[in-house]
Amino acid sequence: MGHIKLNQITKSFGDVEVIPPLDLTIENGEFAVFVGPSGCGKSTLLRLIAGLEDVSSGHIEIDGRDVTDVPPAKRGLAMVFQSYALYPHMSVRKNIAFPLHMAGMDQAEQQRRVERAASVLNLTDYLDRRPGQLSGGQRQRVAIGRAIVREPAAFLFDEPLSNLDAALRHGMRMEIGELHQSLSTTMIYVTHDQVEAMTMADKIVVLRAGVIEQVGSPLDLYREPRNLFVAGFIGSPTMNLIEGDEARKHGAHTIGIRPEHIVPGDPDGAPWSGTVGLSEHLGSDTFLHVHGTGLTESITVRADGEVPLRHGDRVGLTPNAERIHRFDQAGLRIA
Amino acid sequence: MATKASKSAARLMMAPAVTLLLGWMLVPLTMTLYFSFADYRPLRATFEPWIGFDNYVRFTSSSSFWDAVTTTLVMVGSILAITVVLGILLALLLDKPIFGQGIVRILIISPFFVMPTVSALVWKNMMMDPVNGVFSHVSRFLGATPHDFLTQTPLFSIILIVSWQWLPFATLILLTAIQSLDGEQLEAAEMDGAPPLKRFWHIILPHLARAITIVILIQTIFLLAIFAEIFVTTQGSFGTRTLTYLVFQRVLESQNVGLGSAGGIIAVILANIIALFLMRAVGKNLDA
Ligand SMILES: Nc1ncnc2c1ncn2[C@@H]1O[C@H](COP(=O)(O)OP(=O)(O)OP(=O)(O)O)[C@@H](O)[C@H]1O
Ligand SMILES: [Mg+2]
Repeated sequence: MGHIKLNQITKSFGDVEVIPPLDLTIENGEFAVFVGPSGCGKSTLLRLIAGLEDVSSGHIEIDGRDVTDVPPAKRGLAMVFQSYALYPHMSVRKNIAFPLHMAGMDQAEQQRRVERAASVLNLTDYLDRRPGQLSGGQRQRVAIGRAIVREPAAFLFDEPLSNLDAALRHGMRMEIGELHQSLSTTMIYVTHDQVEAMTMADKIVVLRAGVIEQVGSPLDLYREPRNLFVAGFIGSPTMNLIEGDEARKHGAHTIGIRPEHIVPGDPDGAPWSGTVGLSEHLGSDTFLHVHGTGLTESITVRADGEVPLRHGDRVGLTPNAERIHRFDQAGLRIA
Repeated sequence: MATKASKSAARLMMAPAVTLLLGWMLVPLTMTLYFSFADYRPLRATFEPWIGFDNYVRFTSSSSFWDAVTTTLVMVGSILAITVVLGILLALLLDKPIFGQGIVRILIISPFFVMPTVSALVWKNMMMDPVNGVFSHVSRFLGATPHDFLTQTPLFSIILIVSWQWLPFATLILLTAIQSLDGEQLEAAEMDGAPPLKRFWHIILPHLARAITIVILIQTIFLLAIFAEIFVTTQGSFGTRTLTYLVFQRVLESQNVGLGSAGGIIAVILANIIALFLMRAVGKNLDA
């Protein structure tokens, strides 16, 4: 179980309203990702759900039970912190067993659950070490182990991978994804990295300044961003946003076109053209930054990995007309 | 940074300080050691450089020696217990955001700035005096007979005075230790279902272990040498004669430098035994 419902919740620190009234439902078994720029209130929202902060108003329901005034330990949620928050003076075994020990579970059952969590997370060889003797990735796994032994209704992750290097982050992303598949427990995952959000989520919640800008599946957000903020935030590299005459031709204030929906080609006869500036060769793809198109300062285009264009070449650009997003004066999507 | 080069560089740079300190300590220590085996009574112009262990035998065989050892241990032990326990409680309290935090912190630290002699005099004459002391006024106000602290419970009174002096030190060290605790650890423990007392026991106390060790070690060194507080209040009577005070009395009353030196060396050995024992007992926290 793990159906979480936020009902008109708000949060203020003193006079500063960090979260204006907000509604959100997370279904049982869903992998929800909160994503948004730094300081937008992701952690605050997660801590409100965890019960580490009190809501200023509104109600939180978990599985139909109003938990607004229930202390964190009684909400049946487990949290994995960005700093891992392992207990440094306890062995890995004791760390993982700590919530069970606190619940007064009998020794044999504790042992059994710790062993099982350790084998799932490849920690069996490290059970008798202290956290200080582990690598970052191993510590992260211990923190996850401590969360899963409790068999919580939902897992809360606050940027759990931001202290890891790129390769390890990718590996852990897969592991957490697989863990979600095998446990099928609700997970709420906070990140400011939209790649993490896109790859892991069933449902992405895009936040800006405490306000939900859009909720939807990764592909929904990719295909139909509700406003300019989401359009610019989701997708990598970011969408090209064009204003002025070109936009007016499409009956919009701003149009957006993703780099992967522009085809580079011969400058003659192409609707747009410009000179290639910097190009980023990734092997599989090349990202061309095209200048002097008269549309915006620079247009990013995804080309084939071995495209023969180089700095200073003239290039024609053909946008895929069906993939042009139109936004009005207020930045909202025009259907 | 523990490379071979950095280690030898560190040794080289520490050498002058270590040499100076060694000289500083070694010279008096050697002289004391030398006198402790001599019959040296300057007022009677007696000086016999070697009389073997006579001084040691004389010093330890008097009944007041073992009394003094017991008194010292009780006094140091009680003061340590009081300062550490109260220090932890105060540190926990001061760590919470409270109104006028800065001023409260300075007030709590202030006893440390009062000289031992002065504080002992203030306690003796203004607080504990059976006629004019604050405590006697309070108990008279409540209708009770005033308690004559320094005659009825002299050891306890001295423990009280010295604990008051050392509490700020313990509080300060423990407060900085508490402030260095990662708040997420406490939140994690809270989510893991640990109520406040268990959080204290399983998270905060282990985190403080190192600081507590340091407080105990440093205080022990200073507490073994308590003198002014006893001199000002009871002059070592009524079972408040510590080893340090006994040495002082022996030298003073018999003008016997040899005997006093032997007592001093015994005190040093005893202090080292205690320090070693403490290191063994709690020192493993230092390299955790
Ligand atoms: N205890 C607090 N007191 C006052 N303001 C706070 C407190 N905690 C957070 N805030 C403010 O609330 C806002 C949201 O903070 P929050 O930590 O939720 O951001 P975030 O989205 O998690 O950012 P990041 O990606 O950098 O972690 C910030 O503007 C922050 O300054
Ligand atoms: Mg955050």
